[in-house]
Amino acid sequence: MSTTTVAHHDEHHDHPTGIMRWLTTTNHKDIGTMYLTFSLIMFLVGGSMILGIRAELFKPGLQLMNPEFFNQLIGVHALIMIFAALMPAATGFANWMLPLQIGAPDMALPRLNNWGFWILPPSAILLTLPFTLALFGVGDGALATGWTFYPPLSVQGGIGVDFAIFAVHLLGISSVLGSINIIVTIYNMRAPGMTLMKMPMFAWGWLITAFLLIATIPVLAGAVTMLLTDRHFGTHFFDAAGGGDPIMFQHLFWFFGHPEVYILLLPVWGFIPQILQTFSRKPMYGYKAQVYSLWAIGALAVVVWAHHFFTAGMPVPALLYFMYSTMAISLPLAVLFYCWIRTMWKGSMSFETPMLFTVGWIILFGIGGLTGLVLADVAADAQYHNSYFVVAHFHYTLFAGGIMGIMAGVYYWLPKMTGHMYNEKLGKLHFWLTAISFNVTFIPQFFVGLAGMPRRIPDYALQFAEFNMISSIGAFVLGLSQLLFVYNIVSCARGGKKATDQVWEGAQGLEWTLPSPPPYHSFTEQPVVK
Amino acid sequence: MKEDQERANKQLVIKLVWIVAGALVFAFALVPLYDVICAVTGLNGKTNSTAELVVPVKVDSTREVTVQFISSVMPGLGWNFFPLENSVKVHPGQVTTVLFEAKNTTSTEVSGQAIPSVTPGKASAHLKKIECFCFVKQTLKPGEVKKLPLRFFISADLPQDVHELTLSYSFFPAAQ
Repeated sequence: MSTTTVAHHDEHHDHPTGIMRWLTTTNHKDIGTMYLTFSLIMFLVGGSMILGIRAELFKPGLQLMNPEFFNQLIGVHALIMIFAALMPAATGFANWMLPLQIGAPDMALPRLNNWGFWILPPSAILLTLPFTLALFGVGDGALATGWTFYPPLSVQGGIGVDFAIFAVHLLGISSVLGSINIIVTIYNMRAPGMTLMKMPMFAWGWLITAFLLIATIPVLAGAVTMLLTDRHFGTHFFDAAGGGDPIMFQHLFWFFGHPEVYILLLPVWGFIPQILQTFSRKPMYGYKAQVYSLWAIGALAVVVWAHHFFTAGMPVPALLYFMYSTMAISLPLAVLFYCWIRTMWKGSMSFETPMLFTVGWIILFGIGGLTGLVLADVAADAQYHNSYFVVAHFHYTLFAGGIMGIMAGVYYWLPKMTGHMYNEKLGKLHFWLTAISFNVTFIPQFFVGLAGMPRRIPDYALQFAEFNMISSIGAFVLGLSQLLFVYNIVSCARGGKKATDQVWEGAQGLEWTLPSPPPYHSFTEQPVVK
Repeated sequence: MKEDQERANKQLVIKLVWIVAGALVFAFALVPLYDVICAVTGLNGKTNSTAELVVPVKVDSTREVTVQFISSVMPGLGWNFFPLENSVKVHPGQVTTVLFEAKNTTSTEVSGQAIPSVTPGKASAHLKKIECFCFVKQTLKPGEVKKLPLRFFISADLPQDVHELTLSYSFFPAAQ
């Protein structure tokens, strides 16, 4: 195409329209949109499942469902939220924003990118299909082991386990493809002059995430494959009678599972400082310190896994090692917290919705981090293990630290992506409803956990009734508030006040130099970074 | 320029695929690695699975260690299984025989395999078996009652701070 027609490039583009456009697209913005949409849909699906759980736990006794169905909801809720909501949301942002932030025309491997996304919907169907099959009398429903697949239960379970194993395989392939794409894009496609240490923090967060993913997802794939052969092909990887060991599964699983926590959080730690600097109207504090801290956390993430099963039995030196190495993660994390707060310090701050979510995120994620420090203590963990305290803790890290961070990112970039401003009033209402009802849901769970209420049990002792009722009410408000979020996104995509190129007064970075919304093909001529 | 870029991308992809393949190999390599680490450190309480051939001549009568026995039967095996003595006091180096009793309560011939585990883990390498019903699988006729012998000794280099150890047997259903 000659240079004179560049301005009309978009209109004359001969890409297919309708459903074929989305099925065949290799455009990073289209794929990013699909990832984010898929993530939002699965967030609502996973959320509805847990509302079923909270409805059952509203009162002691069994009211709505049998314990098997309860167990299935819990396990599938976790798998959906982790693999089909949080991870695709982060990948969606990476697709949309990384090329814009580093001045690349597109992702490095566009076809792989398309494939990486289109593996996701079938795997989500695989995961939830056993629920439907059970209605027709096929099998006994979905995975009922919790998302951790612990044998021997998972070796004895029904077809739901097989479906979940194949779903995990597909989800894993999708994330590995996405990660390879992101690493190649970051290494090879940066604008001239953008050295690694000049990259936006989001690119750093994702680079480390991607390395963690390609190093640990195959271990999970291996572990669930062993489970599959134990179930159907007579191997004894996890069967003590044949010389195997069920504890080995826990090692394999958490060798993946603990880095997974940071896989979910590192992309968020990447864009949170960018939001902070935008709304504090000053450069982010301690760029280098943050980059090194991210690397330190990434490295520590793969050597601390066994703190997830202290109570499974371990010699004292191993307990001590895993306790101290786990606690050591709080040091680089403290550096990050310091840098985030210091970025706001004496800034000229304003509190638009993304900033509200970010500040709320810092506080709530802080609570998640501190309660994690308590769980890392071997002596205390003996009491807290498998109690609701753990449930409350990881929802502070993964809902507050993960999903509320993602929401901050959505509000931050939505005007850039759609070209329209979202409804600020509704956004703020969504934040306050979310933050308050989240705390109403999970603070009581700390208390009942400390008092000894075990997780993953559909019934409970009478003394936990009040706290569970409060928690259930909070959960329903939290769930319903998300409809505001959906409404706000949809109405923003359809129209609204025109967004400027820079959108936010203090926004810095290459993505804000492009029009809102950016043209279908951006940075075909790479910008030069000084 | 564009071709250079594509070549560079391809090379990096190949390197990254090697990392993925390496991680997958690592996952399966962890299986034997896990067994080796457990055997060396006694982490999961595994004991010798074939008969110990060298019997000590010296008995350390200055020390006395309590050995407790516990037993369980896994789901799917219709047996009763229990030790005839719950615990014995032994001197390190002293060869001791204890008896377990198993009864097939079903009306079919069934085989079972006993899997031992010793707590604390650091003592597991020091409980040496000369003869054990757990070395081979056991087959019981319908209603049959069988006395199952275990001959063992505690080696003299058992760590000084271990005064009591527990030997657990779980009987698993085994293929006929």
